[in-house]
Amino acid sequence: MSEPRLRILMAKAGLDGHDRGVKVVARALRDAGMEVIYTGLHQTPEQVVRAAVDEDVDAIGLSILSGAHMTIFPRILELLREQEAEDIILFGGGTIPEDDLQELKRMGVAELFTPGAYTQEIVEWVRENVGEKAAGGSAAPS
Amino acid sequence: MVTETTEEAAARLVESLLKGNRRAAGRVISAIEDGGDAVEMLMRALYPHTGRASIVGITGPPGAGKSTVVDELIRVMRADGRAVAVLAVDPNSPFSGGAVLGDRVRMMRHATDPEVFIRSMGARGHLGGLALASHNALLALDAMGFSDLLAETVGVGQSELEVAGTADTTVVVVPPGLGDGVQAIKAGIMEIADIFVVNKADHPQADRVVADIRDVLRMDLKRPEWTPPIVKTVATAGEGLEDLWIRIRQHRRYLEESGELERRRRARLEQEIVEIAERRLREQVLRPRTATPEFRAMLTDVVERRMNPYEAAEQIVPKTAAAG
Repeated sequence: MSEPRLRILMAKAGLDGHDRGVKVVARALRDAGMEVIYTGLHQTPEQVVRAAVDEDVDAIGLSILSGAHMTIFPRILELLREQEAEDIILFGGGTIPEDDLQELKRMGVAELFTPGAYTQEIVEWVRENVGEKAAGGSAAPS
Repeated sequence: MVTETTEEAAARLVESLLKGNRRAAGRVISAIEDGGDAVEMLMRALYPHTGRASIVGITGPPGAGKSTVVDELIRVMRADGRAVAVLAVDPNSPFSGGAVLGDRVRMMRHATDPEVFIRSMGARGHLGGLALASHNALLALDAMGFSDLLAETVGVGQSELEVAGTADTTVVVVPPGLGDGVQAIKAGIMEIADIFVVNKADHPQADRVVADIRDVLRMDLKRPEWTPPIVKTVATAGEGLEDLWIRIRQHRRYLEESGELERRRRARLEQEIVEIAERRLREQVLRPRTATPEFRAMLTDVVERRMNPYEAAEQIVPKTAAAG
């Protein structure tokens, strides 16, 4: 059987229009052999979670540079729980102060990357943390 | 805890899908994409609930505006009370096998409509072939109760064309200004079109493309009953999509009233059964006979001209056995 292909949803939430970073990461994940579903700018948490469920992704990568991270990340976690989709891993990136970062991780955001993170670092993290989990549990319908 | 068999898990998953659970639908499609034994179990549970939805294939060269046409078509179809599911197939990178599937970007305004389901699929890496995987995925959405299924593919590769071939109605989207008229679309695509869309019709070259398509159609004598209409759209402005929807419904009526729908579906299913059986033959008969040291030795004989390829094939599948 072929290796399970990782499917990652990459989204930009909030009002800012800075999508260069998220596109660079999307391409890097593609070059690592993953299928990246890109949803574009200004996504609401509802849109992100619905897309993640329909697309049956292994993880959601969310970029927020507008400062709304303390509302958007928790709302997505809440919606994932409502959809019984809390096994979808949520990670993200953006300009997030250290205190908020710790708080978000405690809530259930798996990892957060701040400006200056290397693309390769993000790819490695996804491969290790999302890939491991997908290989362990999602080959057959469960 | 009693461990559930894969068969029971598949049946439970399908049961959940039939009740409208999107999470279950998403997972069923993933299992269909991954191939393997789970697909057969899923199809056993799904198949009796399929055959109701209309399948419209939307294809055309890169940059024709297919995703925008689909987005606008969803709008028109929703206004007409249809429940719409979209399967958007995109090519994978030939280098990494990965893909950035971005067709959704143009359709996100429908992303929270419960009567719309959008799913992206990479074109490569399907064990049973892309056409079979995508068609089975559409059947899952059919079983879930979507009345209209849209399959969007890039009309470049053979396998993408085959996806379009599994649709009841095939819409070919053509942009103006592609150099020499319909040159870029005539190989293979012209023949499968039931409806042409000339998108970006506000472009100065649009009427020229319409005329070119008309010329090609005039030479086409194979279709006495249905001449593919040419619909002009400006999808980014939402223009012409009502007309396209009318044409799609007209084609559907033609298919039903002429018996062509029955004939197409019958032919497609025949092809599908044969493909599945061929794959089995390869896996169960050919592979064991070619994965042997004897075969490697015979290959060397062929390479060194002591035997020809036909003689070698005869050793694997003798002619009498093939006929019997």
